[in-house]
Amino acid sequence: MKILVTIKRVIDYTVRVQLKRDLSGVVTDGVKMGINPFDEIALEEALRIRERGDASEVVAVSLGGTEVQQQLRTALAMGADRAILVEAGELQPLEVAHALKALVAREEPGLVLMGKQAIDDDMAQTGPMLAALLDWPQATFASKFEFAGGKATAVREVDGGLETLGVDLPAIVTTDLRLNQPRFVKMPDIMKARNKPLETVPLASLKPPELPRLEVKGYEAPPQRAGGGKRVADAAELVRELRARGAL
Amino acid sequence: MSRVLVVAEHADGRVNVSTARTLACAKALELETDVVVFADDGSAVAAEVAKLMGVKRVLRVDAPHNAHAIAAVLAPQLAAMAPEYSHLLAPATTFGRDLMPRVAALLGVPQVTDLMEVVDARTFKRPVFAGNVIMTVRVPDGIPVVATVRGASWPAVEAGDTEAPVEPFTVDADIPAHTRYEGLKGGTGAKLDLQSATRVVAGGRGVGSKENFALIEKFAERLGAAVGASRAAVDAGYVANDCQVGQTGKIIAPDLYVAIGISGAIQHLTGIKDARTIVAINKDGDAPIFEVADIGLVGDLFKVLPELEAALDAEK
Repeated sequence: MKILVTIKRVIDYTVRVQLKRDLSGVVTDGVKMGINPFDEIALEEALRIRERGDASEVVAVSLGGTEVQQQLRTALAMGADRAILVEAGELQPLEVAHALKALVAREEPGLVLMGKQAIDDDMAQTGPMLAALLDWPQATFASKFEFAGGKATAVREVDGGLETLGVDLPAIVTTDLRLNQPRFVKMPDIMKARNKPLETVPLASLKPPELPRLEVKGYEAPPQRAGGGKRVADAAELVRELRARGAL
Repeated sequence: MSRVLVVAEHADGRVNVSTARTLACAKALELETDVVVFADDGSAVAAEVAKLMGVKRVLRVDAPHNAHAIAAVLAPQLAAMAPEYSHLLAPATTFGRDLMPRVAALLGVPQVTDLMEVVDARTFKRPVFAGNVIMTVRVPDGIPVVATVRGASWPAVEAGDTEAPVEPFTVDADIPAHTRYEGLKGGTGAKLDLQSATRVVAGGRGVGSKENFALIEKFAERLGAAVGASRAAVDAGYVANDCQVGQTGKIIAPDLYVAIGISGAIQHLTGIKDARTIVAINKDGDAPIFEVADIGLVGDLFKVLPELEAALDAEK
């Protein structure tokens, strides 16, 4: 079985994101970029499935400009067998889902592993959208995933606790934080990754349909908390302060 | 036709407060609003929803396959209902975030996640980058608005004076058999729901162990508060996943939030910035949590918590 893993290049999660002065977006020049952390977890899961002999190949896919090759090389260094870069400008989730649908038709994976959301736009849409377009099952927010004989079981982190869902394969699984702890990339693996195949596919060759887009009207800073940050000396003062504010 | 359809979230025969918050957003659109209840027997939920303010009609889609909220099962039904509506709204909980992108893709339209403010009927504000930036988006004319609503931005509507009619409703859609519900393990079995509680007491890595976390739970009970946690505390196994507050957990807006032994990573802060009063208790005076806290106390939680309980008793 082949596993497709989607990779998104995002601003590193440790960076404190700054708005551009003209409010046209966020500052990305000179800012540390990386693989969306949830996608790393998806890749790690795919690698573990292959390593235990339940998958034959792990293919990492991303969409974007040539700069995304960096993240795909990292994915190859982590252990993906090959990578595909769909050359495209800035895409919205529905457009990404349609491009992935075309790639799924070409690659015929038995499983697509994706991050549950990207930490830049926080939309969490692409996985369920791809599942809808393919009419495949989806198991979102997975913290545990097992399969045998064409059927899989996912434990999902939902607001009410842990939900268990049974899905037929092929399926889309989106990963939550506690699915696994992604491995660190070792130096020799980075060298080896240079020789692994990284194919470039122009978006147009996937013949994406014309789709409606959200119009982005602008960006702004969120309202700041007044806070005040009053420091109290001890528990008794804290209780007095809370009572004074009517918070107790 | 400009009409809103809200998808009710419910469990164990009770409507979730997230539904009432989503109705507040529908109210801001100033459009006639129906609510659909998918269930095997939606009578109790529908009756409860019918009392909520601003509801025009409650549509009950009772069917055995709707016994559990499976996105792949609900999405084609919702998509089939879409032609009658200009707006389809669901809470931005794990329920809505699972369902609505699937609905949008079936309809061939983009989706708005975490709707926090209505600018006009097609223009909305939503948070990106863990809430550090607000983005304004417009849904183009001629297509339905499909959105999830960020609960912390919308105070739940109350029960109104009138009761909306409840109508049985049949939907013609192909129901897939490829996805099966196999069970739910309620995490904490929490007495109080984190997302509707007016007070929340949360613990982080600083609490140190599962045994110590009982102190957080005890203090929460003392305050009549729900129990929350940082990602670090959940990862370490101190407490169940449904307690996690933050970018990838629950986004909450209680009147009082007490963060104990939580350093305050940006991913956590995004989950609490709508709280009215934030109290931070941490032994590290430089912890980032103090930057957003309204009241800060630098100290060892194992010393502070008993003192706090004593102070609460003393000043009663």
